[in-house]
Amino acid sequence: MPHEPITTLPLTVAVLLSVGRHPVTGRARRADQDARGLELALSMAAARIELVHAGPFDDACEVSMRGYLGMSAGHAGSGADSVTLVDQPSQADVVPALCRTLSESLAPQLVIAGERAEQGEGSGMLPYQLSESLGWPLVGGIVAVEGVEEGVATLLQALPRGQRRRLSVRLPVIVMVNATAMAPRQSAFGPARRGTLAVVEQPAVHDAAQDEWRVQPARKRPKRLKIVKATSARERFKAAAAKSDGGGGQIMKDVSPDEAAAAIHKLLKEEDVLR
Amino acid sequence: MLDTLLPILIFVALALAAIGAWRRIRLWRQGCPSPVPFFRGLAAVPRRYLVDLHHVVARDKVMSNTHVATAGGFVLAAVLMILVHGLNLAEGILGWPLLAASAVMFGGSLFVMRRRRRPPARLSRGPWMRLPWSLMAFSLGVFLITLPTVGVLPEDIGSWVLALLLATVVAWGLGEMFLGMTWGGPMKHAFAGALHLAFHRRPERFSSRHGGEGRSTGLKALNLDDDQAPLGVETPSDFTWNQLLGFDACVQCGRCEAVCPAFAAGQPLNPKKLIQDMVVGMAGGSDAHYAGSPYPDKPVGEHHGDPQGPIVAREGRALLNAETLWSCTTCRACVEECPMMIEHVDAIVDMRRFLTLERGDTPNKGAEVLDNLIATDNPGGFDPGSRMHWAADLDLPLMRDVEQAEVLLWLGDGVFDMRNQRTLRALVKVLRAAGVDFAVLGDEERDSGDVARRLGDEATFQSLARRNIATLAHYRFQRIVTCDPHSFHVLRNEYGELGGHYEVFHHSTYIAELHEAGRLHFTPWKGGTVTYHDPCYLGRYNGEYEAPRNVLKALGIEVAEMGRSGYRSRCCGGGGGAAITDIPGKQRIPDMRMKDVRETGAELVAVGCPQCTAMLEGVVDTPAEVRDIAEFAADAVTHEDTSAADGPSRGGHGDDASPTASTRKEVMS
Ligand code: SF4
Ligand code: SF4
Repeated sequence: MPHEPITTLPLTVAVLLSVGRHPVTGRARRADQDARGLELALSMAAARIELVHAGPFDDACEVSMRGYLGMSAGHAGSGADSVTLVDQPSQADVVPALCRTLSESLAPQLVIAGERAEQGEGSGMLPYQLSESLGWPLVGGIVAVEGVEEGVATLLQALPRGQRRRLSVRLPVIVMVNATAMAPRQSAFGPARRGTLAVVEQPAVHDAAQDEWRVQPARKRPKRLKIVKATSARERFKAAAAKSDGGGGQIMKDVSPDEAAAAIHKLLKEEDVLR
Repeated sequence: MLDTLLPILIFVALALAAIGAWRRIRLWRQGCPSPVPFFRGLAAVPRRYLVDLHHVVARDKVMSNTHVATAGGFVLAAVLMILVHGLNLAEGILGWPLLAASAVMFGGSLFVMRRRRRPPARLSRGPWMRLPWSLMAFSLGVFLITLPTVGVLPEDIGSWVLALLLATVVAWGLGEMFLGMTWGGPMKHAFAGALHLAFHRRPERFSSRHGGEGRSTGLKALNLDDDQAPLGVETPSDFTWNQLLGFDACVQCGRCEAVCPAFAAGQPLNPKKLIQDMVVGMAGGSDAHYAGSPYPDKPVGEHHGDPQGPIVAREGRALLNAETLWSCTTCRACVEECPMMIEHVDAIVDMRRFLTLERGDTPNKGAEVLDNLIATDNPGGFDPGSRMHWAADLDLPLMRDVEQAEVLLWLGDGVFDMRNQRTLRALVKVLRAAGVDFAVLGDEERDSGDVARRLGDEATFQSLARRNIATLAHYRFQRIVTCDPHSFHVLRNEYGELGGHYEVFHHSTYIAELHEAGRLHFTPWKGGTVTYHDPCYLGRYNGEYEAPRNVLKALGIEVAEMGRSGYRSRCCGGGGGAAITDIPGKQRIPDMRMKDVRETGAELVAVGCPQCTAMLEGVVDTPAEVRDIAEFAADAVTHEDTSAADGPSRGGHGDDASPTASTRKEVMS
């Protein structure tokens, strides 16, 4: 529907990009989720796109950012052929710098982020912290932005087992893309190397917490084995298709954060995640 | 009256032809620069025409003789006609050879006529159907007007009506032959073709008086230095001028169409139409006037283009659809058959380069494979550290440890494929039986870049190639041996431009050599009938048709040849990334090839390429077993110099035992 004037105001979408890491070789690449975020932005008609990355500007960063820039073929002029690179030392907390860049210079109405980075802390906390400091709402699990009209975005949110929920959210908003969002398009070499990396400076805030951490390669997380007791092919198929829902679990509504945290803590203990 | 009319006719025709030529040359010059040796090129035309072109034309004896008579007669008749009737020079003497030349040409045109009566589907119709008549008009007209000149008939024979009639016939002939040559009629092929021979972009593909292979099959490297330059061919004017000239030389003989596996499979590709589309694009217009077979299931007349317009539209239609380009297996059958020496594969890859490098539009699994090559150096996305897992029990000497060896065994990406691992084990067994001093790169080896390059990703190709060349530079070896013809071709013919020069052997060549040197002994073959499938990248790309057959012969196997073998071998469908882009057709190329195998009644088909093995083994319901040359050899090596533990590797279980530690010591020492 590129012909329908669905946006009334010139919408600016910022896509947060991180340096990805290939799961097998560890080589720098565009991170899969952030690339899906960019794909989402490219699929929105009439959007001005701002690509933003905050972190140290090194070789890995360049390789990775060029991976995203390679997706801009045919979108010249949308802004997808340039990355705003907020240069930060590796020990910095990038949230304040990112926050300032977004609110002061780029001024987007919609910010798209992935759910979790492929390296570094990879805690998945950044969108939350950003939402907190910008004071904007945050919506997770987004697979599509169906339209933006009069300052209200219609979002499609992924729920378990392929269900979708349509949400209307007033802008500005931060959304996190879901891993089931449209796969990113191919990154082309030509636009990738012609794209520009615009470095901007922001004061760095030292991340004191990091000093105390010891970083080591992650161990493979153990996977819960599905015990299939099926006797017939039909049951086996059903067991394979079903998500393991563990049977137990409880829904807690209207409880205090402390109670909720205690419940989670108890569960983690039971599951031997915390010892 | 004819005396005054003829010179006028001739010189007007020549002048118009000259204007046409100038316009045509301007069309070609829209292309990118490409320096050529101007005078040396022109001087080479006679040899390139008489030797190289006729080598191809002569595969069809009748047509070849027809062409010699018609074209030879025409050239001679045209020159003499200008002298005799145009300039009135030595009429009495030159008239006789002129009569003879036009008579020979008339004879030739009778054969052209005969072929046009029931033309095979590969030939174009339209204006081509009038060509035999035009040839006759020219030759007959010239013959008749020359009769009075030499005094056979009186000067003032007949009335002015007859003279006018004759003049009309001659004018028709002149129109087709002189004007048509440069204004775009069927005879254009003669004008463009001669210049194409002179200024061919691959002069090294022609034979020379001093011998020489006369083969040039490696793709030309794309210059990636200028990081602002758009890459690949987007519009017809992005081709080099001599590529455009080459397209214009096409005679629409359809030989390429007749051998193209993608066309036969009903995929939307016809190399002849592709070349004609490029001509349409170069001149601007629509393909509605094309009078040959279309791309299967794609009606003619819906596409159009211009020199500065896109060849493949991002949306909608332009000159052609992207699937046409992605259907090609780069098998080179078309190039091998083309009498005009047109380079279809170069053109197709040039256009693919644009689609991949600029538009990021490699279809189906293409993007994933390229991403894998970038991230893991192999198309499957496997851990590069697991390259040698297949040989965990073979204890292969690593170059990293030994640093030098007589033979560097290039393993290829087949190391990740269980079927190809069997071939590799067989090859190792053969090399050990012959006591060859070899070593492998192990985890230091990367994909050769073949697939990336054919998919148009020149950047990834060059990156892989440069890193492989740097790795190879660390070690000393005399030659590279590989069982993968794609790696073979790339290492041998395409790394040179990037600074890697090696002596590379396909394993069949090397095994044949070992056998000839008496280093291998085979027990005679006792199995069933065997046919042999020539891999495109070994045969047409590198001219190696003999060695695999020699190995089979040494084994005591008499090859039951397929109808299409040797330089006419039909592709397995797996080259050029075609198995990755997987453009649908009416049938599958490997199925057609297995049908060829079935026709020979063979129980086994010998192959020499992991890709062919995979494609042909993927055919369901076939009576023939697919076996690599190395497996044939490994089964038959006599065990004098290997241990008995080195059991038989018969038939497909990947269980052929490797030499035990003790035997290995014997072999290696
Ligand atoms: S491209 Fe070559 S083989 Fe094909 S029709 Fe033209 S001249 Fe004939
Ligand atoms: S290279 Fe092979 S598949 Fe490609 S156009 Fe030529 S004949 Fe057809």
